[in-house]
Amino acid sequence: MSRILPPLLLALALLAVWEIACRALAVPAYFLPPPSAIAAALVQGAPVLAGSAWQTFRMALQALAVACGLGGGLALAVSLSRPAERALHPLAVALQVTPVVAIAPLVMIWSGLDHPDRAVTALAAAVAFFPVFSGVLAGLKSADPDLERLFDLYGASPLQRLWRLRLPAALPFILEGLRVAAGLAVIGAVVAEFVSGSGATQGLAWRLLEAGNRLRTADMLAALACLMAMGLTLNAVIGALERAVRARLG
Amino acid sequence: MAESVAALRGAVVRYPGRRPIGPVDLAVAPGEIVAVIGASGAGKSTLLRLLAGLERPVEGAAVPGPARRVAFVFQAPTLMPWASTLANVALPLELAGTPRREARARARAAAALAAVGLGDRLTARPRQLSGGMAMRASLARALVVEPELLLLDEPFAALDSVTRRRLIEDLHRLWAGRAPRPAIVFVTHDVDEAVYLAGRSIVLDAASGRVASGHAHPGDLPRPAGWRADPAFRLAAERLAEALAAAMPAAETAL
Repeated sequence: MSRILPPLLLALALLAVWEIACRALAVPAYFLPPPSAIAAALVQGAPVLAGSAWQTFRMALQALAVACGLGGGLALAVSLSRPAERALHPLAVALQVTPVVAIAPLVMIWSGLDHPDRAVTALAAAVAFFPVFSGVLAGLKSADPDLERLFDLYGASPLQRLWRLRLPAALPFILEGLRVAAGLAVIGAVVAEFVSGSGATQGLAWRLLEAGNRLRTADMLAALACLMAMGLTLNAVIGALERAVRARLG
Repeated sequence: MAESVAALRGAVVRYPGRRPIGPVDLAVAPGEIVAVIGASGAGKSTLLRLLAGLERPVEGAAVPGPARRVAFVFQAPTLMPWASTLANVALPLELAGTPRREARARARAAAALAAVGLGDRLTARPRQLSGGMAMRASLARALVVEPELLLLDEPFAALDSVTRRRLIEDLHRLWAGRAPRPAIVFVTHDVDEAVYLAGRSIVLDAASGRVASGHAHPGDLPRPAGWRADPAFRLAAERLAEALAAAMPAAETAL
């Protein structure tokens, strides 16, 4: 309780200051609405926001799954062969340093203009790929070299080595990569939705854009609050997973 | 001498950016205990890895003897932190395809032998064990394969002197209690430990990585109680210390 209370109090205090300042200074609602107006927008727009949040969440989750499959699979393959790692690593870094916004229009074309959700998923997956890939790869190579020698000495098969040594040693790294990737997948989904600029995706980013165009600032902030809540939830779930694994791995 | 358990014949190892180690000649007879002593970087651990077949010499040969049941104990306990102590001890058997239940049963027996007091801690994770206990678990994991050649790489270096002496006594007891006795090669930089534990020592030269000298130690193994106070022990340790000093790099002896 004492761990939750201070941040909660701080947040409440900040919201109170915000509310009072807005009223006292008579800030126009289109510029900065008070928290009470945002809360009202949240309640009023709840059905629409929930649908949009689910849409963004679904795309981000799909992207995360794709990134985990591709990144994890490739890292696994690469960990078995040093030449393959040397060949692939620069490409993975190139993908990481390329701004996702810059490749978005291309991906829009490739995925077909009438499937913007596919493009969003693909772009978010591209952003989430690298932390999964590098996390799994670093983890698989993190086992104690003397334990690796022991597995050599006792004639372990590649599968035994992977299953009994490298994967358990990699788990903390994998989860850390997953945590970063989950955050990036949401960011990637939102950015890609912005770039796609069409209402066809119907995600939270679209709600933001739409409300912005109409100067409905409270609706914008309500959508933003949904995104924040989504990010926090994902972070908490993976954090709990990390703690559980850490307790189990001793 | 009977056929050796493992032998190095003119074995040379090269690491990038370092002077080559060797050529080294060494034959390990069945059931003998050999100490390998030398300055850090003289190639002591490399020699053990050659004997284990974990590394190949670029010149010469590492000849596995008829016995290929080899076990290795590292300086750190090197236990898998995510597995129970029992699972760690059973690992070599399970990797060799022994059914899980049989492997665990034999691991239990090995642990009981190697590690007095470990019995009720077998389900504990390695980090819940004391340093001495973890080392005993590591030793049990080595013994579970009933090795004919047991390689120890400074296994007691990180332990306090009381625990270290107890483990040395236990190692002698375990060695003497087995028929046939396993050959043991162990690396140390402690002269007293070498003389007490081993029937003979070889000193590695720090500059060339070759065997500088060999020393047969007096007395029988295992040692009688209080043997460290025996003049024969003191004399042998003194001679070995001199030989070790002569094999040290020039810069260190000048200090």
